[in-house]
Amino acid sequence: MLRDYLPILVQLIAVSTVGAAILAVSAWVGKRRPSREKLSPYECGSVPVGNARERFSISFYLVGMLFILFDVEAVFLYPWAVVYKSLKWFGFLEMFLYILVLLAGYLYIWKKGALDWTR
Amino acid sequence: MTPVQALDFIRVLPEIVLASCAILVMVAEPFVSARHTAALAWVSLIGIVAAGAGNAWMRRFSGPAFGGSIAADPFASYFVYLLLLAAALTLLGSVRYLETNQVHHGEFYALLLLGTTGACLMVAATELIMIFIGLEISSISTYILAGFRRADKRSNEACLKYFLLGSFATAFLLYGIAFIYGLTGTTNLVQLSEKLSAPGARPPLLWIALILAFVGLGFKVSTVPFHIWTPDVYQGAPAPVTAFLSVAPKAAAFAVILRVFLGGLASAGALVFWLLWISALLTMCLGNLAALWQTNIKRLLAYSAIAHAGYVLVGMAAAKAAGPEAGEGIASVLFYLAAYALMNVAAFILVAHLAGAGERYQEADDCTGLAYQRPGVAACLTLLLVSLSGFPATAGFFAKFYVFRAAIHAHLIGLTLVAVLNSVVAVYYYLRVVVAMYMREGNPRASASPLPWPLGAALALSLVGIFYLGLFPTPFVRLANLAASPLP
Amino acid sequence: MAFLRHIWLIPLLPALGALTQLLAGRRLSNRAVSIVSVGLPGLAFLWALGCFAELLKLAAPTYLTNLYTWLPAGPFRLANGSLAQLNVPVGFQLDPLSAVMLLIVTGVGFVIHVYSIGYMGHEGGYYRFFGYMNLFLFSMLILVLADNYLMMFAGWEGVGLCSYFLIGFYFQRKSAADAGKKAFIVNRIGDAGFLLGVMLITVTFGTLNFQQITEAARSGQFALGNGTLTAICVLLFVGATGKSAQIPLYVWLPDAMEGPTPVSALIHAATMVTAGVYMVARSNALFVLAPKAMLLVAAIGAATALWAASIGLVQNDIKRVLAYSTVSQLGYMFLACGVGAFAAGIFHVMTHAFFKALLFLGAGSVIHALGGEQDMRKMGGLRRKIPITFATFVVGTLAISGIPGFAGFFSKDEILWQAFSSPYGHRLLWFIGWATAGLTAFYMFRLLFMTFAGESRVDAEVAHHLHESPWTMLGPLVVLAVLSVVGGYINWPTERFGHFLEPVFESPFRAAGVQLYGRNDELGLMVLSVAVALAGLGYAWLIYVKRPGLRERLAEPPGILHQILLNKYYVDELYDALFVNRAKNLGNLLAAFDLAVVDGGVNAAGWLTRTSGDLSRFWDKWVIDGLVNVLGFGIKVLSYPVRVIQTGVVQTYAFFIALGVAIFLGYYLVHFRP
Repeated sequence: MLRDYLPILVQLIAVSTVGAAILAVSAWVGKRRPSREKLSPYECGSVPVGNARERFSISFYLVGMLFILFDVEAVFLYPWAVVYKSLKWFGFLEMFLYILVLLAGYLYIWKKGALDWTR
Repeated sequence: MTPVQALDFIRVLPEIVLASCAILVMVAEPFVSARHTAALAWVSLIGIVAAGAGNAWMRRFSGPAFGGSIAADPFASYFVYLLLLAAALTLLGSVRYLETNQVHHGEFYALLLLGTTGACLMVAATELIMIFIGLEISSISTYILAGFRRADKRSNEACLKYFLLGSFATAFLLYGIAFIYGLTGTTNLVQLSEKLSAPGARPPLLWIALILAFVGLGFKVSTVPFHIWTPDVYQGAPAPVTAFLSVAPKAAAFAVILRVFLGGLASAGALVFWLLWISALLTMCLGNLAALWQTNIKRLLAYSAIAHAGYVLVGMAAAKAAGPEAGEGIASVLFYLAAYALMNVAAFILVAHLAGAGERYQEADDCTGLAYQRPGVAACLTLLLVSLSGFPATAGFFAKFYVFRAAIHAHLIGLTLVAVLNSVVAVYYYLRVVVAMYMREGNPRASASPLPWPLGAALALSLVGIFYLGLFPTPFVRLANLAASPLP
Repeated sequence: MAFLRHIWLIPLLPALGALTQLLAGRRLSNRAVSIVSVGLPGLAFLWALGCFAELLKLAAPTYLTNLYTWLPAGPFRLANGSLAQLNVPVGFQLDPLSAVMLLIVTGVGFVIHVYSIGYMGHEGGYYRFFGYMNLFLFSMLILVLADNYLMMFAGWEGVGLCSYFLIGFYFQRKSAADAGKKAFIVNRIGDAGFLLGVMLITVTFGTLNFQQITEAARSGQFALGNGTLTAICVLLFVGATGKSAQIPLYVWLPDAMEGPTPVSALIHAATMVTAGVYMVARSNALFVLAPKAMLLVAAIGAATALWAASIGLVQNDIKRVLAYSTVSQLGYMFLACGVGAFAAGIFHVMTHAFFKALLFLGAGSVIHALGGEQDMRKMGGLRRKIPITFATFVVGTLAISGIPGFAGFFSKDEILWQAFSSPYGHRLLWFIGWATAGLTAFYMFRLLFMTFAGESRVDAEVAHHLHESPWTMLGPLVVLAVLSVVGGYINWPTERFGHFLEPVFESPFRAAGVQLYGRNDELGLMVLSVAVALAGLGYAWLIYVKRPGLRERLAEPPGILHQILLNKYYVDELYDALFVNRAKNLGNLLAAFDLAVVDGGVNAAGWLTRTSGDLSRFWDKWVIDGLVNVLGFGIKVLSYPVRVIQTGVVQTYAFFIALGVAIFLGYYLVHFRP
């Protein structure tokens, strides 16, 4: 019973190790030139302290929204992957169509310049 | 659960065609130069016609699809035709409108198609979650459409109000669905109906679920008091969008009410009847009374649309009251919605034309003397208004006639009386516009430019339909009866 | 049988004309408009003649045809509990009664169309005028040829609508637009009665077909004086008082003279206003079973005849005199129907159509000659200037005044005789009719003398342009003048006309009273009525011709009785005070209420917004106070005019939606829970 969870444990250990290793290596190898901006806490690009009613660039929302959209849609791939084999060709075709539709949307926002921050 | 088959896809053919066409139009939009945007409109129109053809073709394959979450039955088929008609008329009415208002973007057509897709899913769905998905698809598309004139303050306001209140009301629907699932363990209408009609199987809290679900749907069809958004949104949204908005989601939501409240949840008799009855009463009275005050034609038509929803609810209440003989009431509702679709879409797209660039001229006074500048246009608007008010020889007359007859047969004498009184009152405000056009002197401020041909074609189509239904209603009644018979 | 089989062509022809004019008339030349819009009614008239000829050859003089089922209304339960299947077809019925009306409508209609070519030649909107006139003919023909009440009602509404359009034809004039509106609204009141009557018929008989209803009524299943039938008849008659301008709904007709004169002649004299008489005659099988309703019809008819004639005595506008005269003559027709002499009523409809159309067209010719002047005080001495108009006008005047030998004499005398001798009649009814005949002769000759006789009072400038009308106008006058003479001999010396109509009107329920009076008495009455007509004539001559100083006397301030009559018994003012102003007050009241509410609404909106912010507290309070309060409050809010809730603030809207949910839930708790 508990043996079933063994892969998860392995995954946990692997992830923590890799994470820690990357941090350690960058701390060891990288140069440090601290500045005010660099030392302030990271809040998705906005100033963490001050008037909350600040105006943001519209691109900020646009990219944020698109990110969430594609992110959420990607989540659908996980349950699909689990039952992929039992669905056979039908499952493959369905997901193919699904991704095609996503791609169409991607193509659309790309051509519309929604991803172009400087526009 | 049976594995998915090719038949399942055939049974949602119209939706597939519409959605594919919408995606095609959307992807093509950035690649098409602004001068040729109209081409996308024609592509969309072809898509709508193809969907109609698909709908006709799949009649041979009727039956449930996708594990009983969709039903391809005459009922769905009838409504799909209706929705496609509304979409096609709107499309024809909006091509030139978008050009004059300088918002001619291909997305309009894509959203229109998607909105129709969602509505088609709603009418075909026999599963509460499916219904909800359809509702959301159609809602989100129409939210955006309502704000399509981005530079216009009122359009923005309409969009935001519709969105906020729409999500608010949808939440109620979802809440209701959750309740139903929690109480019965299923969201499939057929299973629901079986479970609830079993003796002694009435979950005690079902009434909450019913009322909550009714609120969400009542919002879409604007029954009082959930109509509150309607005047502002109809007035602010671009007029062709209003045309679509006042018909397609509304008809779809009515179809859902029929399927859910007269089908799946039919055993909760007294409460459903009371809900329909009181909503019908309030909606008719308030819609008509409020319309009496209006001078703005769009707003007037918005209240008139509310009032019409009230008449439709009379038919539903009649169907509910008639018990096992609900067919007549349901058929009358179907007939009414067809007539209503023809009249209302046409009226709004015509108003869109008259209002001119920027929709500046929406007041009844702006049409003063129009009859002498543009007799054809004035006559057309007059006929539409006359039909809306229910004069004989027009579709509006028989629509009311059949609803009232059904109500009388169901012994809803009081309600019928109120409805008749209401339709008498309504004549006054419809005729006010006619009087402005014919009886008063002066130069109309409203756009006196000739009708663009797509709009002309749409109006001609509607008028032919209106008079066909008004003069030879029998074949169509037969059709409505056919569609009404196999309600789950 | 070719004509009868295609009887539907008769209404269709003018409909085609109307369609042409209203769709493409603007692009047509006046000439083309005239050819189409006068030619098609002409064809319709010829076709009607063909139908009439074929009808005479039929064994039973009734021809029925169904085009298609217009309104299949399924089975429904009658008032007596039995099931009935109601199918209303688009069907035509040609029997002696509708044949007479058909010939009047198409014949007189055609003649007036011809006249309009000349009269309207210089007016704007030529095609519009003819379009509406054709449309009117179509509706009127539907009304007359219908074989059921619903189709008749459709035509009834159609003629009302056309009348409204045509009265307001000079829409630039406020008075014309107002007159149109008045006619429309007053007629609505009558139409409501008619419609209720039709509904009552539906649930009583289970059919709307004239033939079937007549058979059912004559079959003996309804007793004499049956309450339901009486109610039906009274309701139908209410409809008739609206369309045919009887007390108390006559007020629209004089104002309707704002329309062009051919309209007055066609719609407001010859055809549409007689629709009420036709409808009552058509329903004769029902009326004879309802003696009380008959008495009402007769009384209202007689009263209207006298009342309108007395107003006509002093009016100075030439068309208004004729309008009141029309109201008065319509009163005669109803008097006839009310005493059971339906044939006499229809006879008078016919002769009246001839001579009143003639008088109106003649008046039109006078107005045309004077460049639009309608005030008789500014006329006089016209007989030499426009001799043909004068000659025909004399014929019309003699006819309406009941001078022997002219058409009006025969029909009016028949009515008076029936009022006197019929079992439904009464001597008082006769007396009123008789007195009215005297008044009629007086005001008509007053009109004739003031217009044509004596010295000219025409403005110098107008006198300069005085001219006889063109032949398109004079031709119709001559035709109608001839008809106004020979029209009466259809029923004299043998009662051909009465016998022709007999199949429609004979009924086992006609009160078979004892024949108290014989033909000799009729002769006596005839002498009396001729005497009173001559007396009226003579008195008019005395005042307006013999005694000099007419011009001065016209300028004098009128006496008190004169004043009352001149102001039409102040009925318009009375109606204004009683109904119109009350409606306006209601409007003002609502407006004031609105103002108060909107003022308060600003505060209310602020309050509501704040409140919806801390909704939870609100909820608590309500739950404590009891859900009944919620209900009460909710209903109160809903019953307020809508503007209060339509604040435009999204939060408020959301609040109301939530409130709606609360009310529904609360109501369920209160009412459905045991």
